Amino acid sequence: MQRDWRQQLKVCGELFAVFTKIGPSTFGGGYAMIPIIEREVVDKRQWLDEAELADMMSLAGSAPGGVGVNSAVFVGYRKAGIAGAIASIVGVTLPALLIVIALSLAYVFFGTNPKLVAALKGIHGAVIALILMAAYRMAKAAVIDKTTAGVAIATVLLQVVFKLNPIYIILIGLFAGIAIIKGKELLGQRTNMDKIPSHPSTQELFAPEYYI
Amino acid sequence: MIWQLFFTFLKIGCVSFGGGYAVIPMIQYEVEAHGWLEPERFQQAVAMAGMSPGPISTNTATLVGYDAAGIPGGIAATLGMVLPSLAIIVLLSALFFRFQGSKWIKSSLYGLRPIITGMIAYAALHFGFLSGKEGFTWTTVSTLVICAGCLVLLTRYKLHPLAVIAAAGVAGIVIYT
Repeated sequence: MQRDWRQQLKVCGELFAVFTKIGPSTFGGGYAMIPIIEREVVDKRQWLDEAELADMMSLAGSAPGGVGVNSAVFVGYRKAGIAGAIASIVGVTLPALLIVIALSLAYVFFGTNPKLVAALKGIHGAVIALILMAAYRMAKAAVIDKTTAGVAIATVLLQVVFKLNPIYIILIGLFAGIAIIKGKELLGQRTNMDKIPSHPSTQELFAPEYYI
Repeated sequence: MIWQLFFTFLKIGCVSFGGGYAVIPMIQYEVEAHGWLEPERFQQAVAMAGMSPGPISTNTATLVGYDAAGIPGGIAATLGMVLPSLAIIVLLSALFFRFQGSKWIKSSLYGLRPIITGMIAYAALHFGFLSGKEGFTWTTVSTLVICAGCLVLLTRYKLHPLAVIAAAGVAGIVIYT
């Protein structure tokens, strides 16, 4: 029993260490983490096989939360139960948290430096570009017919014009798709619900451009 | 304040489908409703979250929490943001839940994906042209030019986001000083 407990602790320590390394090694959000998780968890350590990795991707991408954080929880839970899941999520979150707080502190000291102010003003444009890219990538997977195009435009309008709380939009959205598909069925239309090819190449399966 | 931060981000965490920039409008709505940060400061927080390593949505949560209530606030907001992920993924893996098969889930995602697209598009709009009150200025023009340049670097030259951010920073120093 004692050895089991030690074994468990050791695995949790390993999970924590691996995800502490993965967490801050990526910039630009969770989806950049997937190839690194694949390398560390599947190739190097064989914690998951390829089929489990595919499971991880679909679960982590469809559930609420960042895909990187969700993937960490998935790997940790598979490897060492709830304790493993906690070790992984702390590992993946903690370094970024510390770095972000350190940057905030640095900003307090250097924030008035005119060169830094100018650089941040320039970076503003870069962040808009990055967000636009994210929207474009998501749109490629999401906007596949007139209905989905309408839903995307309605989402923007509901926020710009009516200032609706986005949380409500998401909650409505969870059921909107089901209602639309049912409605179309009643009208005798069939809807192709995703654009995922039936025989995805491995490239597409493990490095897709979107994760939901 | 700490509890308020925690519970607000817990709520956001539960519906943070898509992660990343899709969550920004939700955070922004709550930040404005609670008056935690000035709009300009929130804009800076988003930029900083995008520049920092790690997930953008949790980074933003950390920054908002930290700005509103110091280090405990940052920890509370981050915890609130990631706890739903922990609970939901553990629960679904424990039940050996398969997403691919279910027609309900597929239909739901069919509707949810374009909504997330709209969320991200709104994040870009709002982030780009937040104030609006100062109207169309030279800063707007230069920001648009930098943004267009970054899009070219990202799509044509496939530069890494970090390299693009660095280039924009240099451009900023050249233009604004």
